[in-house]
Amino acid sequence: MDDFGEAIGAAFHLLFTLDDQLMEIVGLSLQVSLIAVLIACLIGLPLGAAIALFRFPGRKFFAILLNALMGLPPVVVGLIVYLALSRSGPFGVFGLLYTPAAMIIAQVILIVPIIAALTRQVIEDLWLEYEDQLRSLGANSTRAIPTLLWDGRFSLITAVLAGFGRASAEVGAVMIVGGNIDHVTRVMTTAIALEVSKGDLALALGLGIILLCLSLTVNGAVYAIKETAQRRHA
Amino acid sequence: MNEPLPLLPLTLKDVSFEAGGKRLIKDLNCCFEAGPRTVIIGPNGAGKSLFLKLCHGLVPPLEGQITWNDSNEISSRFKQAMVFQRPIMLRRSVSANIHYPLKLRGILKRDRISLTEEALSRAGLGRLREHPARVLSVGEQQKLALARAWALKPQVLFLDEPTASLDPAATHAVEELIDAIHKQGAKVIMTTHDLSQAKRIADEILFLFRGRLLERAPVERFFRQPENDLAQAFVKGELLWWRLGKANRKNQRKRDGDK
Repeated sequence: MDDFGEAIGAAFHLLFTLDDQLMEIVGLSLQVSLIAVLIACLIGLPLGAAIALFRFPGRKFFAILLNALMGLPPVVVGLIVYLALSRSGPFGVFGLLYTPAAMIIAQVILIVPIIAALTRQVIEDLWLEYEDQLRSLGANSTRAIPTLLWDGRFSLITAVLAGFGRASAEVGAVMIVGGNIDHVTRVMTTAIALEVSKGDLALALGLGIILLCLSLTVNGAVYAIKETAQRRHA
Repeated sequence: MNEPLPLLPLTLKDVSFEAGGKRLIKDLNCCFEAGPRTVIIGPNGAGKSLFLKLCHGLVPPLEGQITWNDSNEISSRFKQAMVFQRPIMLRRSVSANIHYPLKLRGILKRDRISLTEEALSRAGLGRLREHPARVLSVGEQQKLALARAWALKPQVLFLDEPTASLDPAATHAVEELIDAIHKQGAKVIMTTHDLSQAKRIADEILFLFRGRLLERAPVERFFRQPENDLAQAFVKGELLWWRLGKANRKNQRKRDGDK
């Protein structure tokens, strides 16, 4: 209980004093996660929609694969990205290891299957309702993809939020490829892991509370926007 | 410069369709020329909606051929429009719903705007142009679906029970729009359950029963003196399943007697 009280105290202290280091960590965490989610959306949304709409051999296999990849172990992804970006790896020449870019790459790999798999389900359901009308209006499957993504935007927000949740809570992969370097690649989750290993549980819990609050704020804001827009467009 | 190829005539030759092991359309043969408004009637399960979907290319026939005079698949698709019993409105504004198929056809933005305005004004939806389409009433949505079809300037307009869930006032407004689209030069092919509406709208009637085309006649003759006995019963408002049941039982007794 003492730890918990101290944790809340530490969290408030960090927040109200606008601790520079904390702000830097929060900023980097948001930056990495949001960029990763944005890139994953650009890949995952059309990929999920394409698997939902196009008929091709192995389509069911891809759908199952996507669902399975939703549970990709972050440490394994971190290791693969580490090997790919390390000096002897195929992309070592770019010198990305232990940079925020490496963390973004690892998070994108983790999030794409989540966004794509949830998108596939949403678009498949929507296609059942829209197919005759869209084909009658002259849209083929390719033209239907952006239409359905736009019309399914309120449902797809959940997919994007699931991706953001995974990205912001992820620690294993970013620890391996980012290295948790102070002022360079330290994010909320790796900072929490570090404080735990140092035995400063109160600060770790404090950081955890801030991370939870951040996640709640982002989710709450997106939910409010979704509800308002959905009421407007039905 | 070449004249654009007219879409019609539409020819159906020995067309059959099957789903779940049940033959829903059976050996259908007919031809549609430009001009007269065709209304397809028949009881539930006759295959009316399926017939329209086959003609419109939304489902492929199991057997037989459906051919348009304009054999180019894309150009023939763009010369048709269909309004469904329950039209799907895109989650965007009323005017954007009309813009959408025009954009698919590669129509320039300034032409899209003028066509949209013309269609909205003709359908009496001008004041709702910026409203989200999905919050319109059912009647307004159906008018919007017709306005969307209107803007496409189709050569053939398929209508699948477009007034099935509308009140008399909305039905009247929709019928006026259908008439206006027909006067614009579109061939109207429509299904309905409403015999009074069929009399009001049709120039010719197709009577479908259990996937078969049993009679095709000009509207006056069809309602005055249909040739087919099931069509006669349908026009009189008799329950066809009961008549068919009697006929089946009679045939069964005959078969039993033969044994």
